Amino acid sequence: MAVEGLSPEEWEVLLLSLKVSSVAIAAIMPVAFALAWILARWRFPGKVLLDAVVHLPLVLPPVVTGWLLLLTFGTNAPVGRFLSETVGLTFLFRWTGAALAAAVMALPLMVRAMRLSLETVDRRLENAARTLGAGPWRTFFSVTLPLATPGIMAGLVLGLARSTGEFGATITFASNIPGETQTLPLAIYSALQLPGSEWQVARLAGLSVLLSVSALALSEWLSRRNGQGKDRHVL
Amino acid sequence: MSFDVAMTLQRGSLRMHYEFTAGPGLTALFGPSGAGKTSLLDAVAGLVRPVEGHIAVAGATLFDRARKIDLKPEKRRCGYVFQDHRLFPHRSVRRNLLYGWRLVRPEERWLSIDITLDLLGIRHLLDRMPATLSGGEAQRVAIGRALLSAPRFLLMDEPLASVDASRREEILSLIERIRDELKLPILYVSHDRGEVERLAQQIVPIEPASATA
Repeated sequence: MAVEGLSPEEWEVLLLSLKVSSVAIAAIMPVAFALAWILARWRFPGKVLLDAVVHLPLVLPPVVTGWLLLLTFGTNAPVGRFLSETVGLTFLFRWTGAALAAAVMALPLMVRAMRLSLETVDRRLENAARTLGAGPWRTFFSVTLPLATPGIMAGLVLGLARSTGEFGATITFASNIPGETQTLPLAIYSALQLPGSEWQVARLAGLSVLLSVSALALSEWLSRRNGQGKDRHVL
Repeated sequence: MSFDVAMTLQRGSLRMHYEFTAGPGLTALFGPSGAGKTSLLDAVAGLVRPVEGHIAVAGATLFDRARKIDLKPEKRRCGYVFQDHRLFPHRSVRRNLLYGWRLVRPEERWLSIDITLDLLGIRHLLDRMPATLSGGEAQRVAIGRALLSAPRFLLMDEPLASVDASRREEILSLIERIRDELKLPILYVSHDRGEVERLAQQIVPIEPASATA
């Protein structure tokens, strides 16, 4: 069987998918980390509520999440109107909307993984760093962050996988527009609607598997090459 | 006066009061487990905040409630040797040793890396990771890491706890050398009478009875 290269349409779907999920994860990563930090380290009234809100996209039907996004970020919705009038950012029927939906759906998984890893970092090691002369920021970057890295990586991969697979919230909120919001899962869905396109579906599905496996391999590689062998010139 | 401590710590519903002054050399805090000796060291290091009182070491006030002085841990220049060594698991022995050393201005360093490695006999361990060290090796590295941060005084919390019997003598004489040759004021916590009598210039009993409800 001859394996021909990707068609222009397939390239478009693939590149759009990559753009949507990478922008989504890059944008939501700091938010996820901040939330994980707050939930892992702070004690305040209303923490249970915050925890519940963060988890909503995980437990709600994605269609409902998409609808809630419409209510919040739609053209006439308060936040949507504000963003479009101030920074010219609109979401409806645009790839940015697909990215927003993907980000929101990935958030709970990322927060969970990062929070877990932050909670397992031994606070006594942070105290040791402080007595050795490191301020809070240096302690964070030299002790807390490296020790939490495996969990942060896991959160990143989970988020990437979730966002590339995102379907329900995206089709509800950003719609299914080829070249604008039609990511891989939406393209597979559209192909399934056309009779005689089994081969097309199989190719897109294969592409989607390939994408997930490379993300996994990348994260494995990243967590393995954690900095050793610095400081050799001093000692 | 090396140590001048008069303070109250809140531990749960208990209030613990500590009061002592000590001259140069090694001062042992002696008492049964659970008497709050580690809490006292944590307060001197700045890891626990007293509700009342003051802490001064070698003429410098580290904490004074009345004068609103509360130095951050990283400003207190203490070398804290923990009971559970607390080496950074993601850093080699070399990078553990250099952690505090890098954070001190060069003119404030008073101990060279070479001398430390020889004093502690840890030169052959430099490339190892903490997880591969024995209890005694890890404790020697932890002492080295504390000394290289150029501390003005040492806090040692049961430094022999995780050391096997055959290595105890080695570490004990090492602590004597640090006390006599480096002339650092040392606060030393132990519940072993023999250890305390051998090392200490002065013994401060810490009784659970010092807790007042």
